[in-house]
Amino acid sequence: MRRMALSALLSVIFFTVVLGLGYGLAFTGVAQLLFPGKADGSKISIDGKVVGSSLIAQSFSEPKIGKNGKPVLDEEGEEVLVANPAYFQPRPSQTGYSPNTTYFSNRGPNSVAAREEVRERLAEYLRLNKPFDRSLTAEAVPVDAITTSGSGVDPEISEANARIQAHRIAAVRKLPLAQVEDLISAHTNGRFLGVFGEPGINVLELNLALDKEAPIK
Amino acid sequence: MAQGFLQVAIFVAIVIALTKPLGVYMARVFSGQRVFLSPVLGGAERLTYKALRVDPDEEHDWKAYAKSVVLFSLVSWVVLYLILRTQGIQPLNPTGFHSAPWDVSFNTTSSFVSNTNWQFYGGETTLSYFAQMVGLTVQNFVTPAVGICVLVAMTRGIVSRAGSSLGNFWQDLVRGVYYVLLPLSIVLALVLVSQGVVQTLGHAVSLTTLSGGSQVLALGPAASQIAIKQLGTNGGGFFNVNSAMPFENPNQLTNFFELLAIIMIPAALTYTYGRMTGRQREGWAIFAAMLAIYIAFIAVIIPAEQHGTPAQHAAGTPTAAIDGSTGGNMEGKEQRNGITDSALWATTTTVTSNGSVNSAHESYTGLGSAVPMSGLATSEVVFGGVGTGLYSMLLFVLLAVFIGGLMVGRTPEYLGKKIQAREIKLISLGVLFTPLAVLVTSGLAMAVRAGTRSIYESGPQGFSETLYAYLSQANNNGSAFAGYTGFVQPDAPGNSGSYGISFADLLGGATMTLARFIPIILVLAVAGSLANKKVSPAGPGTMRTDTPTFVILLIGVVILVGALTFFPALLLGPIVQSLTTRLF
Repeated sequence: MRRMALSALLSVIFFTVVLGLGYGLAFTGVAQLLFPGKADGSKISIDGKVVGSSLIAQSFSEPKIGKNGKPVLDEEGEEVLVANPAYFQPRPSQTGYSPNTTYFSNRGPNSVAAREEVRERLAEYLRLNKPFDRSLTAEAVPVDAITTSGSGVDPEISEANARIQAHRIAAVRKLPLAQVEDLISAHTNGRFLGVFGEPGINVLELNLALDKEAPIK
Repeated sequence: MAQGFLQVAIFVAIVIALTKPLGVYMARVFSGQRVFLSPVLGGAERLTYKALRVDPDEEHDWKAYAKSVVLFSLVSWVVLYLILRTQGIQPLNPTGFHSAPWDVSFNTTSSFVSNTNWQFYGGETTLSYFAQMVGLTVQNFVTPAVGICVLVAMTRGIVSRAGSSLGNFWQDLVRGVYYVLLPLSIVLALVLVSQGVVQTLGHAVSLTTLSGGSQVLALGPAASQIAIKQLGTNGGGFFNVNSAMPFENPNQLTNFFELLAIIMIPAALTYTYGRMTGRQREGWAIFAAMLAIYIAFIAVIIPAEQHGTPAQHAAGTPTAAIDGSTGGNMEGKEQRNGITDSALWATTTTVTSNGSVNSAHESYTGLGSAVPMSGLATSEVVFGGVGTGLYSMLLFVLLAVFIGGLMVGRTPEYLGKKIQAREIKLISLGVLFTPLAVLVTSGLAMAVRAGTRSIYESGPQGFSETLYAYLSQANNNGSAFAGYTGFVQPDAPGNSGSYGISFADLLGGATMTLARFIPIILVLAVAGSLANKKVSPAGPGTMRTDTPTFVILLIGVVILVGALTFFPALLLGPIVQSLTTRLF
């Protein structure tokens, strides 16, 4: 029994060193050597400054302007933000697009709050996009546009969602619709082996490409 | 949905194709035969035995084997608890997190030592890199190895020609880690990091977004941990939202490989079992029973999620699939996974006792969430955890043999071993312990005020949260209806001002620990009892256990035990939710 206890103690210490420190540190070294950018979070830099990660959604918003021409403030004196129509909008987020405090919305299927939230998001989506795409109906609004993702930082939107928003982008940026649609195609991540998963469009990368092709003056 | 079922069909075909090669490999490893890694690892293996002061040739009877398992796990528990309690003074803690409260550490420690990996802790908001890498990852490796140890010990007991040896625990443990889990983890971790899963010791990155907002990218040595988290049916995430987080599971390719990693070892172990018993058809029969239940679950959950939730319908929002959009219930699901890969993952992770999630199970439809819950309620024997799934299934096999024996009026025999009163008593305890633990704990948690403090959503959903929590913990799964909480962090990220809900933390921790080790001891006792029996040759009246008839009987027993135990409870939660359009 004592010998068994000694082996138990030794083995836990041994595995802690080998599988904890050894494996973790050695693999970090290998990863940093082989895939430095990916291992560090797929960061995107502009002029040497990190502006985001291609795997993490961020909000594309602007201050809401009131009737007096000044930014509207909330009760705490912070500027109220609204979607910036010149950029593709990512999926709604329950965390305010926070990648360092992640949680699910945890809305149950029979939740009154969930009903109110999707209803509001549907109205908001129509308000934002309908002026630029008169034929848009509630039935055509893709479900990813009005539900929160799991991570709160889902980097992608569906193809249908991107195609609807393309009308708005083309109008606001004064671009031919075809050019925006080409950009969407170029930034669509397809299924793995053509079979697994769902296609999605990376919003941050698409917006960066837009800014490159048609900068906002 | 046709595209969805095509994906599932191809995925299942790949799992079936991998079962034999991986199964043969593991059978060779645990029978002490040479494998292609032997030249590389043989020396390290021998040195390890010296360092651990063990004699790999020493044979353990069931009591010695069980004592080794318990002692090893006890020391693991103490060491992990100490690591979680001393976060403040650890290196590799760039964000300077202090330890979470003691009750949360108690829960987390029990969770990882029992291969449950239930998350009350919040990953990136709670733990240092050191605690994740040196604390949690080590348990991610050794707990599935312990599961395999118990399985191969059980297998040796079944095939033993009158003797008492079940093999050597330390040798099985070291081989499981060196030859199976570590090499596969390295390969998978490389795949993951090549796609964007983070692996760095660097500080979190604060940045200003294009719109001028601020964002902090939490990073860390994630890929190395996530690889073994999936392969070892562990499931505890590096990040709070687990495999929904793009830094854990960034694209369609990683989702495919992580999903495969979750199920391939438990599936292949059925072949290993067939090979080690010298009766390959027995392995396939068990595999077939598991596969049938798995496919039935998938066939329910995908249409359920595609249908959408009562909340969506009540709001009058669209749920139909349209060109370029999946439709369905996408609340809590990632675009790249869509309905199919979220639902397939939810099924796979719950039947295998993995417990990692790539979508929010709490937001599933009533019927959709009845599937993961049923995966848990069938006692994790549908593939199940690494090792644990098959040894638990073997208890059901023996039970089915006993019931079959009663029906035809003969002494039940399994592979030539008579199943008698002592075995049946142990088996019944083993089969009933976990369901009883679930009913008692979830009942208690619903009955007392301290228990209902953990609930987030109202109505039947609150009951579902509680039932799911104790189903998951008692079955050492670890997935959750994540609204259910035992840890409150008002100033997240970081543990300042945080507090645990002691009732949920302690009850859950105790449940996970007991539900891990009591069945292990019972299984080893059955193995010890079978090992001592003579093998009697099969006669014309022997009930065969490798036929479709037996597979159906086995499925029936599994469903019956799970359904009879949990049907009333499931009625109160997910089933009522799927039958009503009422909102709460």
